[in-house]
Amino acid sequence: MAILLSIWFVCSYVLGIFLVEPLNGAQLGGFPLGFWFAHQGSIYVFIVLILVYAATMDRLDRRYGVD
Amino acid sequence: MNVQAWTYLIVAATFALYIGIAWWSRVRTTSGFYVAGRGVPAVANGMATGADWMSAASFISMAGLISFMGYTGTIYLMGWTGGYVLLALLLAPYLRKYGKFTTSEFVGDRYYSDAARLVAAGCTIFVSFTYIAGQMRGVGVVFSRFLEVEVHWGVIIGVVIVFFYAVLGGMRGITYTQVAQYCVLIVAFLIPAAAISWKITGNPIPQFGFGDTVQEGQQAGVFLLEALDALHRELRLPEYTAAFVPGKKSMIDVTAIALALMVGTAGLPHVLVRFYTVRSARAARWSALWALVFIGLLYTTAPAVAAFARVNLISTLHNTSYSEVPEWFRSWETTGLISFDDQDGDGVIDMSDGANELTVDQDIMVLANPEIAELPAWVVALVAAGGLAAALSTAAGLLLVIASAISHDIAKSILWKDMSSRKELLLARVTASVAVVVAAYFGISPPGFVAQVVAFAFGLAASSFFPVLVLGIFTRTTTKEGAIAGMSSGILFTGAYIVYFRLIRPEATADDWLFGISPEGIGAVGMLINFALALIVSRFTKPPPDKVQQLVSEIRLPRERGAESA
Repeated sequence: MAILLSIWFVCSYVLGIFLVEPLNGAQLGGFPLGFWFAHQGSIYVFIVLILVYAATMDRLDRRYGVD
Repeated sequence: MNVQAWTYLIVAATFALYIGIAWWSRVRTTSGFYVAGRGVPAVANGMATGADWMSAASFISMAGLISFMGYTGTIYLMGWTGGYVLLALLLAPYLRKYGKFTTSEFVGDRYYSDAARLVAAGCTIFVSFTYIAGQMRGVGVVFSRFLEVEVHWGVIIGVVIVFFYAVLGGMRGITYTQVAQYCVLIVAFLIPAAAISWKITGNPIPQFGFGDTVQEGQQAGVFLLEALDALHRELRLPEYTAAFVPGKKSMIDVTAIALALMVGTAGLPHVLVRFYTVRSARAARWSALWALVFIGLLYTTAPAVAAFARVNLISTLHNTSYSEVPEWFRSWETTGLISFDDQDGDGVIDMSDGANELTVDQDIMVLANPEIAELPAWVVALVAAGGLAAALSTAAGLLLVIASAISHDIAKSILWKDMSSRKELLLARVTASVAVVVAAYFGISPPGFVAQVVAFAFGLAASSFFPVLVLGIFTRTTTKEGAIAGMSSGILFTGAYIVYFRLIRPEATADDWLFGISPEGIGAVGMLINFALALIVSRFTKPPPDKVQQLVSEIRLPRERGAESA
C-alpha cells in the first residue's frame, strides 16, 4: 500500500505539478507532456491504482481463507 | 419540435423515471433508510457514488472554469479525483467493516466520547447544508433558463421531486434513482462533447481529440493545443498550457489547493456514507474503483470540452463585429451571462488582455456548447436534463446525510437513547422533510456568501474529518483528547484563515498569504496541524481503554465482524 501511495504522489504531484515545466518540453502526440499528466494522465493512474489495490486485497483475502 | 418542447418532454420523462424508481424501492426499516439494507451491488454503488459526488458544479461549471484557467484547472481535475485513491486505500473498506450507519458514529465509538460524536455530527450538518443550497440554486437556474419559469418555481418543483424519493425511499430510493441520474447526466455530457470534438478535429473521442490537429480554417494541420496557445499569445494572455507563469497560480498554491480538495473529498460525509451501503469491505473497495471509473469518464472529458470551448469562443468572437455575432450570442445575452461593453466604440469585439470588452460567465461554456456547435434541439434539451440530474442526485444524498446526523447521531444516541426503531425512522423522515424546506429557502434566497462557502467546505472537511479518521483506523494509541484537540484546532485555524482573508482583508494579495497559499488551499495546512496536534496530545494523555485498542486491531484484520445490528 505504501508503494501505491507513493505512485499516487509521484504521478499527481511530482509529474503533474513540480516537474510540469521541464516535462512540457516533451510532446505526447499533440499534448505537452506535463500538461497531459495534469489534465489526463493522473486520472488514469488513479483508476489503475485502485484496481491494483482491490485486486491485491482480494488475493490476500483468499490466501488467509476469508471470503 | 423546438428546444423548449424537447426540454419539457425529456425533463418530464426523466422525472417520471425517478419517481417510478422511488416507488418501487420504498423502505420500511431504519437500516433500509440509512444504508439501503447494505444490499447494493458494487457497480450500482459506484454509479450512485458518481452521481452523488458530481454536483451541478461538476456538470455545469467545471469545464468552463478550466477553460478560463488553462493548466491551473488541474486543481479541480486532480483534486476531485485523487481523493478517491485515499478513500479506497485508507478509509472506505475499514469504515464499512466497522459497520454501523454513520461516520460520526465511528468517531464517537473509536474515541469513546459522545462529545467527539457530537462535534463530528455538527461538522456533517454544516458542510452538507452549505453544499445543498448550491444544488437547489442550480436546479432553479436550469429551470428558469430552459423552461422559462421563475427561479423560485424551479426550486419548488425540484424540492417536491427530491422530497418524494428521499423521504419515501430513504437510502434505497436515493441509490437507485442516482444510478438512473448518472446515466442521464453522463449521456448528456458525452454526446455534445463527442460531436464538438468530431467537428473540430475529426476525432469523435474528446480525450484524444484535444491532442489532435485542427481540421479547418487558418490553423488547419496544427495541433489543437498549439493553436490555442497561439491564440492566447495573440491576445497577450498567458499560454493555455503554461504553468505558474505570471497571471496564474503559483506552484505551492496549486499543490495546496489540490491536496485540500483531495483530502476534503475523502472526508466528505455524503461520499463516505455511500460505502456503508454495500455488502462487505471487499465490495467497498471495488465500488470505490467503479465510482472513480464513472467519475473519470466525465472528468477526462471536461478538459477536452474546456479546450474546444476556448478555441471556439476566441475564434468566433475575437475581432468580430458586434452586428455579426451568431444567433446563440443573442439568446444568451438576454440571460446576462455574456455581455459586450464597447469601450473603444468601434463596434468590434476585442478580447485581448488589457482591452477586453467581453464578459463571459463560466457556466455558459457547457450549457451553450451544443448551440455553439449547432447541434440539434434534442441535444440541448438533454443537457438541461443532465444538469438537473446532477443537481438533484447530489441534493438527495446530502439530505439523507443531514437526516441521519440529526435523527441517529444526535437524537437517538444522545438525547433519547431508548427510542424505538419505528420512531427513529419516523423522526428521520421528519428531519429530512424539514431539511428539504430549509434547503429550498436557501435555494430561493441564497445568502451572498454561499457560493464562496461551498468551495471552502472542502478545506473544512480536510482539516477536521480526514486526520481523525485515518489516525482512528491506523493507530491504536490516538486518544480522545488528541482527536478533539486535532479536530478543533484544524477547523478553527482553517476557518479563521478563510474568514480573515475573505471577509476582513479581501484585498490581500499572494504576498500577504501564509507561504503564498490562498484561502482555498489552506485546508491542507489545517490538516497537517490537526495530524501533528492529535499525535502530540495523544502522547501525553491517558491511552485509550483496552476495548478500543482491541476494536482498532479488529477492523484492520481481513475478517468480517460478527452479526450486525440492523
